[in-house]
Amino acid sequence: MTRLSFLLSGFFVIAITVAPSTFAVEPDEMLADAALEERARVISQDLRCVVCQNENIDESNAVLAQDMRRLVRQRVLAGDTNQEVLDYMVERYGDFVLLRPRMTPETYLLWFGPALVLIAGAVVTVRTLRRASQRTLSTSPQNLSADERSRLDHLVSDRASGDEP
Amino acid sequence: MTDIATKPARSKWAALVPVAIVAVLLGIFAKRLADVEGGNDPSLIPTVLLNTPVPDIDLPPLPDRPPGLKTDDLSGEVSLVNIWGSWCVACLSEHPLLMRLAEDNAVPIHGIAWRDEPNASVRWLARHGDPYALIGQDPVSEAAIAFGVTGAPETFVVDANGLIRYKHIGPISEQAWESTIAPLIEELRTQ
Repeated sequence: MTRLSFLLSGFFVIAITVAPSTFAVEPDEMLADAALEERARVISQDLRCVVCQNENIDESNAVLAQDMRRLVRQRVLAGDTNQEVLDYMVERYGDFVLLRPRMTPETYLLWFGPALVLIAGAVVTVRTLRRASQRTLSTSPQNLSADERSRLDHLVSDRASGDEP
Repeated sequence: MTDIATKPARSKWAALVPVAIVAVLLGIFAKRLADVEGGNDPSLIPTVLLNTPVPDIDLPPLPDRPPGLKTDDLSGEVSLVNIWGSWCVACLSEHPLLMRLAEDNAVPIHGIAWRDEPNASVRWLARHGDPYALIGQDPVSEAAIAFGVTGAPETFVVDANGLIRYKHIGPISEQAWESTIAPLIEELRTQ
């Protein structure tokens, strides 16, 4: 019983980890050539559905996405490279249709912004920590009253003379 | 001692930094909201086809309504290309305006019956009126994708040289016609 449930849960884990992510491609849309179909799938995952906007056309059930998938497969069959198919869509819909933004001067901030923020954060952190440690070092002895200072001197000299229990 | 005395003054300004960040963010949010209210919806995809020739199309006609619509039909004079379908509810709301423009001979309006069943298109036109000069069928979005269409209705202003000069997303309102499209057509005719 336990072994059975163990096996079943094992199957379940395998099923959910190796199962393909959901996609909307209908069997009759697929190309007969598996290699070309695989390329079409890869291209489709980089193209935004212009109706639903946050889905790629490989996942979207919108009819326009379906027609865009059909067009991608037509272009692949006609011998276009992946880049040529993407360019074809960009010519019509602009960079917006790409889910992976291109590296252009307009998108430098998008690509490098997070790194800049990380560096700025590191600089601020280092400076703050350094200043804090300097402050502890430089201010703590000065804050002692005359009485405290004499006690401290006393303790330090006791220890220095090797008078330990 | 001086070191300690100057610290609070610095941190007082530092404390304002998060406030400033929040203020800037609120400003951005407010502007975005105002944009959407004002009809400048950022989710509308701007066309990259402005000032480029209309794409190559050669669309078949609706039953008993020859000819279809092809690229060559879209040069020679300023015209509108309207993407519609009998399934498209929003198209109905701009339809009276298109009918009036057709009656006034304001500008030739060509239709692309997008992803529609041909007989459904014909029935819809019989019922609501037919403002179109030429109509082509686009059953698998061939023309729609070539024009970079994202939904219906969309309307393109095409100049006499066959260049796309404007794209209107959504139904054409009286206001959009009066303030934007009609003046643009006048201007393009004088060029």
